[in-house]
Amino acid sequence: MTTETQIPDYKKKDFESDQQVRWCPGCGDYAILSNVQNVFADLGVKKEDLVMISGIGCAARFPYYMDTYGFHSIHGRAPAIATGLKIARPELHVWVVGGDGDMLSIGGNHLLHACRRNIDINILCINNEIYGLTKGQYSPTSKVGTRKASTPMGSIDRPINPIALALGAEATFVARSVDRFGPHLKATLNGASQHNGSSFVEIMQNCVIFNDATFDNVTGRSEDGPNRPVNTVELRHGEALVFGRENELGLRLTGLELEVVKIGEDGVTEADLLVYDRHNGAMAYMIATMDPNRFPTPIGVFYQAAEEPSYSDHVHAQIDASVEQKGEGDLMALLRSGDVWTVD
Amino acid sequence: MSTKQLESLQQVVIRFAGDSGDGMQITGTQFSNTTAIVGNDLATFPDFPAEIRAPAGTLPGVSGFQVHFAAGEIFTPGDTPDVLVAMNPAALKVNLQDMPPNSILVIDTDAFSDRDLKKAEYESNPLEDGSVDGFRTFAIPLTTLTEKALREFDDQTIKAKRRCKNFYSLGMMYWLFSRPLETSEEWIEAKWGGKLPAVRDMNMTALKAGYAYCEAAEEFQARYEVAPAPSEPGTYRAIMGNDAVALGLVAASVRSKLPIFYGSYPITPASQVLHALSKYKNFGVMTFQAEDEIAAIGSAIGAAFGGQLAVTGSSGPGIALKGEAMGLALMVELPMVIINVQRAGPSTGMPTKTEQSDLMQAFYGRNGDGPLPIIAAQSPADCFNAAFEAAHIALKYMVPVLLLTDGYIANGAEPWKLPDSLEDLPEIPVNFRTDTEGFHAYARNDSTLAREWVRPGTPGLEHRVGGLEKDSLTGNVSYDPANHQRMTELRAEKVARIVNDIPDLVPYGEDKGKVLVIGWGGTYGSIHSAVKRCQADGLSVSQIHLRNLNPFPANLGELIGNFDHVLIPELNAGQLSVLIRAKFLCDAKGLNKVEGQPFKTREIMDSIRELHDA
Repeated sequence: MTTETQIPDYKKKDFESDQQVRWCPGCGDYAILSNVQNVFADLGVKKEDLVMISGIGCAARFPYYMDTYGFHSIHGRAPAIATGLKIARPELHVWVVGGDGDMLSIGGNHLLHACRRNIDINILCINNEIYGLTKGQYSPTSKVGTRKASTPMGSIDRPINPIALALGAEATFVARSVDRFGPHLKATLNGASQHNGSSFVEIMQNCVIFNDATFDNVTGRSEDGPNRPVNTVELRHGEALVFGRENELGLRLTGLELEVVKIGEDGVTEADLLVYDRHNGAMAYMIATMDPNRFPTPIGVFYQAAEEPSYSDHVHAQIDASVEQKGEGDLMALLRSGDVWTVD
Repeated sequence: MSTKQLESLQQVVIRFAGDSGDGMQITGTQFSNTTAIVGNDLATFPDFPAEIRAPAGTLPGVSGFQVHFAAGEIFTPGDTPDVLVAMNPAALKVNLQDMPPNSILVIDTDAFSDRDLKKAEYESNPLEDGSVDGFRTFAIPLTTLTEKALREFDDQTIKAKRRCKNFYSLGMMYWLFSRPLETSEEWIEAKWGGKLPAVRDMNMTALKAGYAYCEAAEEFQARYEVAPAPSEPGTYRAIMGNDAVALGLVAASVRSKLPIFYGSYPITPASQVLHALSKYKNFGVMTFQAEDEIAAIGSAIGAAFGGQLAVTGSSGPGIALKGEAMGLALMVELPMVIINVQRAGPSTGMPTKTEQSDLMQAFYGRNGDGPLPIIAAQSPADCFNAAFEAAHIALKYMVPVLLLTDGYIANGAEPWKLPDSLEDLPEIPVNFRTDTEGFHAYARNDSTLAREWVRPGTPGLEHRVGGLEKDSLTGNVSYDPANHQRMTELRAEKVARIVNDIPDLVPYGEDKGKVLVIGWGGTYGSIHSAVKRCQADGLSVSQIHLRNLNPFPANLGELIGNFDHVLIPELNAGQLSVLIRAKFLCDAKGLNKVEGQPFKTREIMDSIRELHDA
């Protein structure tokens, strides 16, 4: 390798733009931004090859704060714009960032198709279960009964489960992390970046103004300490699903029923617990849709498909094959193809 | 040997009409291709229902294809047919009203059972009740004759044999108008020779049998010939508008050295552009069939950001959906071509019928003050030039350009004189900025006001674009009042300056006089024929046809002032009229028609006369 092609030794600050960050003080987006900048510094990718594309919403301001190529587009359409860019320029590393309203409501169709086409982009869906920029209406992920500006008697919509949606849309990498869980978030983003294909990452994020503390059961703490060990279960490929302050709890699968069991009680041992397989879509769906009232919140990589060519790989393979079959395009020959006649 | 008379005709209009499943579009296209190769000038008008197969034999299921060919120059598919080939009663009923006295009817009598008549809502048999008196009617059992001709194909079903009757009728027309069979024989061979040799053989046999039938049958006493039209030396082909758009884009790609990205969602009548471009992958063309209209333009915007020749195409309803994204594209000042193959609206309207009613949408169909360049193609072959020009303007001025065509020229065909060499097409210089010194994302070229194009992947020029208002130099988000005023004016001024690249209009006819007819888009042929004939009748009338709708050519206002009256024929309720009246404060008269059909030359002539003699 020559020195020119070597990746510079980037620092986080190399990815900070000169624009003042204008999220509300205490917004969970600050932590996510900082982690993304850290991750980008260590990706092993030249910063001019990184592109961040967003739609509309608080989270969609993200590209302005990253010193990469960036595109702050229109509401919901970021996956479509990213798709065009990735097809046109497959060598670029394209990231899409947006909130739950942007991605799951107005942009739901584009998200679905970017996932199922296996476009090699990394989609960060920052979910705070609320519309922030329009001042606090319930969102497609808000729990039933959310009382906000447009729902004085409580919302009646059944919420979308973003992970279940991405699995249903057959994204080839599906994961969840949390704004406050820095190391976990970084590892998750790294995993998404490494994956060739459509990567969907839900990031649970706190809106300090309109929906504060909505994820307290995950990120908060009680008298006994942080809630995280008790109320989340980390998905680790090839490992049993355990949680609890002493890792004393686990998930057991009997038939098609999941249950929470305590290791050491009723003869339960770790060998009885479900061992997570991230290549198993059915297991991923089962874990993703566990009743939050009875089960911990799962975080980590739910699903990763076996490596296969992405959409843009296929597009350019067809172009290469066409050139091989027909030769490089010759315009004058093309115009004269078919039935032509000559007048002397 | 034939002892039949051979008559020379100056021009002929044939209309093939039958059920949607009768293959009338193929028959018409075949006749047109052969006629083109023979060297006649020609214009075609396919007219078909939106339903793929409406109930067989019914009036809504009638599909037609009109071809006008001549020994001299022609500009329209013809007002009235000289020959109607009607494959069933419904086809006769729908089209008979357009046939002048003494014109030729070729009718398949096998399709006139009581059941067929009922489906066509005929109370009595038109072949027996006097309906076709006054025409030169050839009532022929086409279906039976086709079946007989294909007797030897023992292993084939009756249904398969009957399907060949369109080629039987084509063979008859080839005899009647002295056309060679070779072009169609080659086409049949290429289409079915490889995979379905039996189908090839049957259609080949039917074609020849139809020809031979006329040669032998007593009722055909005369046949006709139409001499080749004198045309400029060169190489020609017959071309339809949608195919010409695709080729024009490929030409722009070659001359700009940028690969095409075409993001599109299928829609009538624009889909053929997507189909055509998808075959040109060896030119590096990327076609993307998006999940919807918004994703189609969204993906094109992404590709434009990535430095490609980005294009999206649709028809009116799809363009409506793209409105917000068009605003984004003009805000981020990225080049792109947005094609609208117009059809009859509003809403779903009449998808397979033509109209020019999206001009105001092109001008104003976005939120905010956001003018875009608009150019319109005037004929099928002209779609090549218009598409090339649209791409050229987009790349030179860093702006999305609207290209308007319509269903009539998109599906119609005419002879096209091909460029002799690559050098006949201007080079389109594109310079991506790589210099990091003094870079500002929205710094502009002094003369064109275009900002610079930077491809992601260029070191040191990382920057952000977006739909929020931009600082007029740095491109950073700005809510500064004076900056928004300045940027709104700059975006408009940039489009206005395109006028420097637009040649002055040269009227057809005198540049002063009584009546000036102003048209745009696919009505060119009808207007031109009408103006030509009125001039021959001694009327003081001239024609200008607008390729550039925004900005208008610089001398448009001056020309308008040189005439007593201005007539603006449009296939809409009067959209260009409003624009011209507002901009030039002139009392322009509209001739407006929204029947889903092109103008007849006669209609425009009548309006010219009326205004002329007012």
